[in-house]
Amino acid sequence: MSDNIDLSTNIAGVQFDNPVIMASGTYGFGKEYSEYVDLNQIGGISVKGLTLKERKGNKPPRIAETPAGILNSVGLQNPGVEVFIKEDLPFLKKYKTKIIANIAGNTIEEYCEMAEILGDSQVDAIEMNVSCPNVKAGCLAFGTSPKGIEEITSAVKKYCKQPLIVKLTPNVSDIKSIAMAAEGAGADCISLINTILGLAIDINKKKPILANNFGGLSGPAVKPIALRMVYEAAHSVKIPVIGMGGISSWEDAVEFILVGASAVMVGTANFVNPTIPIEIVNGIEKYLEHHGHTGLDEIIGKMDLND
Amino acid sequence: MGKLLNEQIVSTQMLCKDVFIMTIRSEYVASTAKPGQFVNIRCGGLDAMLRRPISICDVNKAQNTFDIVIQVKGSGTQKLCSMCQGAVDIMAPLGNSFMLDDKHKNICVVGGGIGTFPLLYLLKASQSTNKTALLGFRSGEAVVLEDKFRATANTVEIATDDGSYGKKAFVTELLEETIQSQKPDIIYTCGPAIMMRKVAAIAQKNGISCQVSMEQRMGCGIGACLVCACKTQKGDDWGFSHVCKDGPVYWSTEVCWD
Repeated sequence: MSDNIDLSTNIAGVQFDNPVIMASGTYGFGKEYSEYVDLNQIGGISVKGLTLKERKGNKPPRIAETPAGILNSVGLQNPGVEVFIKEDLPFLKKYKTKIIANIAGNTIEEYCEMAEILGDSQVDAIEMNVSCPNVKAGCLAFGTSPKGIEEITSAVKKYCKQPLIVKLTPNVSDIKSIAMAAEGAGADCISLINTILGLAIDINKKKPILANNFGGLSGPAVKPIALRMVYEAAHSVKIPVIGMGGISSWEDAVEFILVGASAVMVGTANFVNPTIPIEIVNGIEKYLEHHGHTGLDEIIGKMDLND
Repeated sequence: MGKLLNEQIVSTQMLCKDVFIMTIRSEYVASTAKPGQFVNIRCGGLDAMLRRPISICDVNKAQNTFDIVIQVKGSGTQKLCSMCQGAVDIMAPLGNSFMLDDKHKNICVVGGGIGTFPLLYLLKASQSTNKTALLGFRSGEAVVLEDKFRATANTVEIATDDGSYGKKAFVTELLEETIQSQKPDIIYTCGPAIMMRKVAAIAQKNGISCQVSMEQRMGCGIGACLVCACKTQKGDDWGFSHVCKDGPVYWSTEVCWD
């Protein structure tokens, strides 16, 4: 890595060595990919969505491949927040990559309790998932209205010792008002987009492919939607924005940074190419060098719309 | 441990309609792969982004090659089968493996369709003195690699659904006959879930240990995305384990077949 280029990015006081973060739900608790990638070279990892108690998740099939994307309905399978802190976090803390705990709950009280429990742990930030489309109760319900976002963000923020990132759903008609509601209620950062609710059909069985019927669409198919929403959100708030949705190359990452993202999250692309995070880090660096920039700050939000 | 590898395709040949055998040169896979493991292979393009998990069918340690058998099911596998030479991007070997134990002198494998192929490597790797292969196919046209099975197993019996080759029967019927004549020490099975469920029931009824190789739609192939769930017993409770990492091989009694 060149000494002349500063790839670091500051998200609500947390200094990430580079802006490439692994998206929650796609990277487990980091261990699986550590055999393929040096986790020290990754800016951060947002771990698999955590709930207060263990969740078994949805019935299989949980995945369907669609053109330029995938639909998933894992249903937040995870061991629960306390098991994560005890059994998974120590492994992750051996690396210098920053750790974001992604939390999801059925009630506001559950979110608050998790934030409180995580406050005494070594996670660097908390990402509040109010946008998972694959669970029946709670979660997404909080994220689809400014009022809901406001209520949950202000409640959870009181329990957060670490910066609070609110992860937004694209399944809304006006992302700007949602982003502003999160900011107004005390969010330190917003991340978007979570997956888009979708449906895939097995025409021979005349049934949905996913056992849970609907699932969350991710991958290159969602990138244009994500870019537009990140642009709109980033231009509505002053807090940092983490952009994600179909990022599969360093060029994609640069697009998100140009529309206003201070960092990017990479998800589905990891399944295809485990070394993609490193390729993206190197690509962003070369891009900055090529364009005569010395730091990431010089390109964040530097895309202007046509007149 | 699985590795991300860029290896060379030696050859790809059609075995029968929509079924191809691909030989790949890979010193690492040839020297480390165990029976039951799979490769996660990249097809390329946006219409088949995800890697395809394909079982290792055979390994040639002397030639540093291994074989996979691919059934064309969609655009991804179609693309794979059209690759006859050049580089291929694989993650391998992945998953756990069949348990081979020298104390098992008499083993029986039960395969159905595309599920027969990983059992070939198992038979080759096994040190057992008596190996029986029971293979089920749709029809005679789908029966492939029979010579290879005959070269490694003491007994090979074939059943077809339509009776156009071998015996007109389900392969599970062959298993029940085999158990009556000689009780295997262990049964290994791979194929359609409905077949494996029946094999597991027969094994249990006869007090024979049985390992099954499960299949499920996968995302990452290494246990990170948690999509390839398999319902398994967890003490008195149950949970979803993951076929790519906890499997694909399970003891038949571990699997919740409901």
